[in-house]
Amino acid sequence: MQKLIRIEPSKCIGCKTCEMACSFKHTGEFAPSRSRIYNEVFLDEAKFITVTCMQCDDPWCIKACPKSAISKEMPSGVVIVDNDRCVGCRTCVSACPFGMIKYVPSLGIVDKCDLCGGDTPECVVFCPTQCLTLGEEDKPLRQKVLRFVNTMKDGQMEA
Amino acid sequence: MNGWHGKILRVNLTAGTCEVEALNENWAKEYIGGRGLGTKYFVEEVAADIDPLSTDNKLIMATGPLTGTYGAANSRYMVITKSPLSGTIACSNAGGYFPSELRYTGFDMIIFEGKSEHPVYLQVYNDNVQLVAATHLWGKTTTEVEDAILAEFHGDAKIACIGKAGEDLSLTASIINDKHRAAGRSGVGAVMGSKNLKAVAVRGTGGVKVADPKAYREAALEAYGMLKENPVSGQGLPALGTPVLVNVINQFGALPTRNFQDDTFEGAEAISGETLADKYLKRNKACMGCVIGCGRVTGLKGSRFEGDGEGPEYESIWALGAACGVDDLAAITKANYICNDYGIDTITTGATIACAMELAEKGFIDAAEIGMPLKFGDADAMVKLTEMAAKKEGFGEKLSLGSARLAEMYGAPELSMTVKKLEFPAYDGRGMQGMALHYATSNRGACHVRGYLVSPEILGLPEKIDPQATEGKPVWAKIFQDFTAVVDSSGVCLFSTFALGVPQFAAFCSAATGEDFNEETLMEIGERIYNMERMFNLRAGIDPDQDTLPKRLLEEPIHDGPLKGEVAKLSIMLPEYYQERGWGNDGIPSAEKLASLGLA
Repeated sequence: MQKLIRIEPSKCIGCKTCEMACSFKHTGEFAPSRSRIYNEVFLDEAKFITVTCMQCDDPWCIKACPKSAISKEMPSGVVIVDNDRCVGCRTCVSACPFGMIKYVPSLGIVDKCDLCGGDTPECVVFCPTQCLTLGEEDKPLRQKVLRFVNTMKDGQMEA
Repeated sequence: MNGWHGKILRVNLTAGTCEVEALNENWAKEYIGGRGLGTKYFVEEVAADIDPLSTDNKLIMATGPLTGTYGAANSRYMVITKSPLSGTIACSNAGGYFPSELRYTGFDMIIFEGKSEHPVYLQVYNDNVQLVAATHLWGKTTTEVEDAILAEFHGDAKIACIGKAGEDLSLTASIINDKHRAAGRSGVGAVMGSKNLKAVAVRGTGGVKVADPKAYREAALEAYGMLKENPVSGQGLPALGTPVLVNVINQFGALPTRNFQDDTFEGAEAISGETLADKYLKRNKACMGCVIGCGRVTGLKGSRFEGDGEGPEYESIWALGAACGVDDLAAITKANYICNDYGIDTITTGATIACAMELAEKGFIDAAEIGMPLKFGDADAMVKLTEMAAKKEGFGEKLSLGSARLAEMYGAPELSMTVKKLEFPAYDGRGMQGMALHYATSNRGACHVRGYLVSPEILGLPEKIDPQATEGKPVWAKIFQDFTAVVDSSGVCLFSTFALGVPQFAAFCSAATGEDFNEETLMEIGERIYNMERMFNLRAGIDPDQDTLPKRLLEEPIHDGPLKGEVAKLSIMLPEYYQERGWGNDGIPSAEKLASLGLA
């Protein structure tokens, strides 16, 4: 079943710890500019949006890669880059409509979220508000449904 | 180097030059970074007797080796300079995103010296550094400045700047970063203004390396657990932000009201964290890399005022609220926005208006001079005076000098609630003897964040101690002051210390830098920093006889609430405090003490 990082924006407090945790794990340094997850802070609107690779069902990056360096691993559904095959042509960077795969000049290859290769993703480990969770099941969706049906239930009790 | 970048930036505003220097590694090991290391550079380079607003003064923006990492609340930077308000060493710190971004540029600190002929601001994009004209930004609010620089320099830049008050050399001027975070106290913004330096904009795409990533990660996970389980850092602050304290301190009976004439405020509920959450809260927000997240994004929609921003924090609510007898949270929030937009300290501003209110009620100033009748509880007058102080308009010019100068000017110096010319924050020392002792001996005057004894005395962390007892308080004060110096030097927010102690900071600092920082060496560093600051103040002419409190706290007992009858028992504690510090009876650090700390 598809694994992915679920994001519940209402829980985000804009701390960017996910960017720190991601870059620290994958580059050995605290360097948010090299993170594979992006926590954007809109100060004026008081909104915080976190995005990362959504591990598409039919990924543009895979279709674009001329070297077959990107594949969707099964059964996890995680989209991974084979570093040995990647030649750094950046075609996938152009193809991904979300900007979630990027070229790393110092390595000469591309880099994207691989859900930390089977461990609990580091951003999920360090997220202080559980805005980020790893799930096969869409728990935030389930929670929203429950919130809705509970409202209905309470209304029914009153009636 | 690990932890530290080993690189500092020196900006000479007179010559218009920006030079890269190697960090003094020996000093880094002896003073860590931030407050300690910045102050070491400062005292080595600046004579203590200079005029703070002259070109002889310098201004240092310093990060610590933990700034820009995760672990607790790791995005603080410190502004070190000589205070134009108090004449003491000034070290004001702030959170937000700017401190971490400064670290990612690859510099540990920036030293500003001299004075630019024309308004300028500094652009730092990794190694590319330049001073650019800021004539078009002069006179603009901090929000306008940030938006303008984001548009013309880099959309991902983080910015610290002054508002109009800093340009006008208001002694209450702050430095604002990320629009709403303030290096608020001691008038540091006026020093920036005196140098014609409007803003510092940083964009860094580099990283922070640590010596032992595995140990660092483990220390962080342990700290996260401790912070989450702690009632203050894990529940109170995340739930309601710092305003959670309004009801707590009021119920305890130590919420200074109407310029410290009363100690319980009948309007506390109306200005509490609970009310803020109910009426004006838009969103909870954290600084970068923070697990606590005490920030509050707010807006005044639905009230009789307009505006959006962050806060007010607890101390601001108190100063603009209870201290002025004002129970109108919309007015307090509006005044808080004005303070941030024009760049003035909310605590000193509110407390100075409170002082003016008492001066007016007692007939020392007449209404004509203020331009309006002034009484405690007048919310509209409070907002108006905040604006006048921010713009230095009319009577606001006198307010912008702080309460010590104001009360002196009108012949009633005893009505200024200050120590060493810095206004008290929101805890009455008569109700907590350890805080009273700390206020009297803090190196920057009446300040709560140099030794937050409220934590053991009221909140019971790390353990509950009797707030009214004097026994043992000198030891507590020394430990808290020294430990706080360590925290301020590491680049971590003081709020982490509700849960974390010296062992956790030892683990973090050691894993980050690869140096062997243990509990003993860290506390010695804290003591070294405290004594270094003390020596600067003594050289600056701040004599030990200023280690005192206003007469009101020493002689007028609290007359209301649960703490009725209490006064600050400073004379019992001060001699023992000096002894505990290894200072003479005259309050001057002994030669032996200085030698043992490497300060001789």
